[in-house]
Amino acid sequence: MENLLWVFVSAVLVNNFVLTYFLGLCPFLGVSNSLETSFRLGLATTFVMLVTAVCAWVLNTYVLIHAPYLRLICFIVVIASTVQFIEMLIKKLSPALFRAMGIFLPLITTNCAILGLAIFATNRGYGFWEGIVYALGAGIGFTLAMVLLAGLREESELSDIPKLIQGTAMNLIIAGILSMAFMGFAGLFSTT
Amino acid sequence: MKKNESYDEFIKGIWRDNPVFVQVLGMCPMLAVTNSAVNAVAMGMASLFVLVGSSFLVSTFRHLIPKQVRISCFIIIIATFVTIADYTLLALVPKVHKELGAFIPLIVANCLILGRQEAFASRYPTRLAVMDALGMASGFMLALFSLGAVREILGDGALFGVKLFGENFEPWVIMILPPGGFLTLGVILLFFNWFKYKKDEFLEDVAAAERGSD
Repeated sequence: MENLLWVFVSAVLVNNFVLTYFLGLCPFLGVSNSLETSFRLGLATTFVMLVTAVCAWVLNTYVLIHAPYLRLICFIVVIASTVQFIEMLIKKLSPALFRAMGIFLPLITTNCAILGLAIFATNRGYGFWEGIVYALGAGIGFTLAMVLLAGLREESELSDIPKLIQGTAMNLIIAGILSMAFMGFAGLFSTT
Repeated sequence: MKKNESYDEFIKGIWRDNPVFVQVLGMCPMLAVTNSAVNAVAMGMASLFVLVGSSFLVSTFRHLIPKQVRISCFIIIIATFVTIADYTLLALVPKVHKELGAFIPLIVANCLILGRQEAFASRYPTRLAVMDALGMASGFMLALFSLGAVREILGDGALFGVKLFGENFEPWVIMILPPGGFLTLGVILLFFNWFKYKKDEFLEDVAAAERGSD
């Protein structure tokens, strides 16, 4: 139990996917112009991460022991087709949820945070439950970073910023400061 | 004429359409592995290999790949090359491979590579596609190297592991930690904006002067 908690907190705060591992930067810099959309994108990503963690575990346990060099190709094909399948399933079962996730669901396939999650979980040898908790933590951490940046960007639209620094340059510097703040969490656990 | 065309495709990737500084693509590996110049160059070489290889294949077979499933085909081709690059690095430079870790397989998810297949290689003949890939990859490597060099010089007081300053230099540790990546790239982009702004101003001045002389 303690171990699971550790995995969770470390994925959300200490090793935040966006701010420490630089995964999923494209949506982080691209879509974070409003709070509402970033939150929804975060939720959709968390959901896909959970499904991916289960898929990766199944693949690792039953298929890839026999052919480790196929790992990458298997992961990417399975992730892409699973996302497609989930999309159809949600569209059929719950149109309201489908509308809420909108265009983000298909876009998530190409988010490197998803593939990164599968690879990290494999490299660290996480079991089934650890994998699920790790995915949940990573998803929540991603949402948290997105929402923080979106909030700051919404605020900054009202202030008078020099024309030169507007746009990506400013977003990166904001992200740098956020990342510095998150480094403070590194002291939460003594390194074991 | 023909020669100029491929030369243009090569040069545009390095400067005018630089994938990182101008198009802001491929950010994830860009920031994650540039904490030292060696890692940056290794990442650049791996990306170059994957981009050129997959551009060559995609462009050669562009008439055979059905339009509806082209993205999946591109991804499988890219994943194959990334697997080759992964195992090659593991065999040749195990130390660098260990430091880059999960970011080598993550080249698959680099939007720059898939973007070039979709936007260029699947529409143009092989020779142009390879030149375009070479140019883009060199531009990417240039960006990786400049970021990696700045971070290593400031964060470690060294370049390629060779100490540049005397004993008294206090390294800015923050530069080799994650925030340093964001900050450095932000400042570099700022310089690019400034450069573009100055150039536009200059062109306006020239235009105004020409109007005046008429």
